[in-house]
Amino acid sequence: MSMYYAGILADVGILVLGALSVYIILSTGQLSLGNAGFMGIGAYLTSWLTVKAALPLTPSLLIAALVSGVIGVVVGFPALRLKGIYLAMATLGFGEMVRSFFLNFSAMGGPEGFHGMQHVSTGTIWIWAILVLVLVMVLETSQIWLEIRAVRDDETAAGLVGLNATRIKVGAFGFGAAVAAIAGGLFAHHHVYIEPGNFSFERSIDFVLAVILGGSTVAPGALVGAVILVVLPEYLRFLADWRFAAFGALLIGMLVVRRQGLLDRALLRSSPA
Amino acid sequence: MLIQQIVNGLTLGAVYTLIALSYSLVMGILGVLNLAIAELFMLGGYFGFAVVLAQLPLPLALIAGMAGSALVAAIIERIGYQPFRTAPVVTPMLSTLGFSIILQNIATNIWGSDPLQLTEEVFAERFNIGPVSISAIQLTVLGVTVVLVALLAFLVQRTSIGRALRAVAENRDVARLLGVSAGSITLIAFMLSGSLAGAAGVLIGLHYAAITPYIGVEIGLKAIAVMVVGGTTRIWGALIAGPLMGVVEVMTVAYGGSQIRDFVVYGFMILILLLRPQGLLGGSHRNQDQRV
Repeated sequence: MSMYYAGILADVGILVLGALSVYIILSTGQLSLGNAGFMGIGAYLTSWLTVKAALPLTPSLLIAALVSGVIGVVVGFPALRLKGIYLAMATLGFGEMVRSFFLNFSAMGGPEGFHGMQHVSTGTIWIWAILVLVLVMVLETSQIWLEIRAVRDDETAAGLVGLNATRIKVGAFGFGAAVAAIAGGLFAHHHVYIEPGNFSFERSIDFVLAVILGGSTVAPGALVGAVILVVLPEYLRFLADWRFAAFGALLIGMLVVRRQGLLDRALLRSSPA
Repeated sequence: MLIQQIVNGLTLGAVYTLIALSYSLVMGILGVLNLAIAELFMLGGYFGFAVVLAQLPLPLALIAGMAGSALVAAIIERIGYQPFRTAPVVTPMLSTLGFSIILQNIATNIWGSDPLQLTEEVFAERFNIGPVSISAIQLTVLGVTVVLVALLAFLVQRTSIGRALRAVAENRDVARLLGVSAGSITLIAFMLSGSLAGAAGVLIGLHYAAITPYIGVEIGLKAIAVMVVGGTTRIWGALIAGPLMGVVEVMTVAYGGSQIRDFVVYGFMILILLLRPQGLLGGSHRNQDQRV
């Protein structure tokens, strides 16, 4: 496998994790435009643990995921007061605040960025991506996911049948934040250099786009969306400088034709598998 | 020094006010966050530059920026909003995001990703009033903003179009029953919003004497925070929030360092969202669906 394809595959794997982090939160009906913030927290924390505290990668990733998950819960509680577009704007603000924080955090390089991480292979990235994807898919067959769907469809009704909507929404935020942190830790160790600009608004948007394009109602949608988002621009190279415009047009077209994304439950059920 | 910073803050605040009004016109009337406004602002700047570089008079630059951005906004309304009018609010937001990707790409291809700079500063002279030095372009920014806001206020409060806008904001169905053409009113709201963003782009371009395709993300996005602070349910909240946030940002840069400013601006927005979701000027009730 050439370096070129390995690089693309690694990008897809990291994007799968990022998209899943948005998907988990979106499953409860909450749109987050700030998951790059959690990714940044994961990237910086994991790098600090492996470089400065000399821990191996796996425990570092798990610690970062845990810490980011706790931050996600802390962010998730006030977010309960906000719905729809207001939540989207607040999370956008959170993401930009995290980026701005690392820009000022001179202990980790500030604007100069941070390096010294050990390179991690594409295979490791994909092991994590598949592990998390399978975990989410297993969860989707469980009762928890039924509760999550109930909260998304009608929070009041879900509360009336005795579901704890607060716990479910905050829990989803924490879980999503933890997954985004893993994406960040792997990103940092694949590129062996990070700077605050890596975790900007555009990154959060990429995660959301992958979910929307791939299918926002099923977990494998994140995988399909991530492949589309990374591979399609490569195929659109004949459009040269215009491929991002083509991409924007594709997004609008997809929303017009198939709002729920490429994959949905009906499609998965009708397929022979 | 302090007064000087306040003057600089008010200039930035004037631009914020225009963009925030642009967001809240669409948000207040239709409940939709048009993310492409950040890029309409950027495009307005380029349209204005094109006129200035062609050695044409400045008022023409302003008109070109406003008209150009209004036209693009009309396209966004037809393709990016109308098909999704009945969809959940997140869907039209994502389609306007698609437009913002397209517009940024177009701008990068036409004008390049390096900053486009004016060779000679427009209105370079400065006036000294006591310890305060104010440039002619700063005065222009403030003056144009005041005039545009007054025009908008007149349009919204005193004309039949304004009445129709407010009616649609209140209740689209009832407004239609009473003979308001809701379709053309949404188009007008988008175009008005676009022209304000375009004007802001022209002003900031002339003020900095430079413009890049990324100025939309840097400044336009932050105007969302300004709109929220002012209150998304009352469009006039931007008149207070714009100058306030402009001064806060400039003060932060002057006394805390330039890198912390986004942190302060977005932090302020989140605090407002949590503690006073209706904004500084919002009404007493907290219904998030209430508009204008």
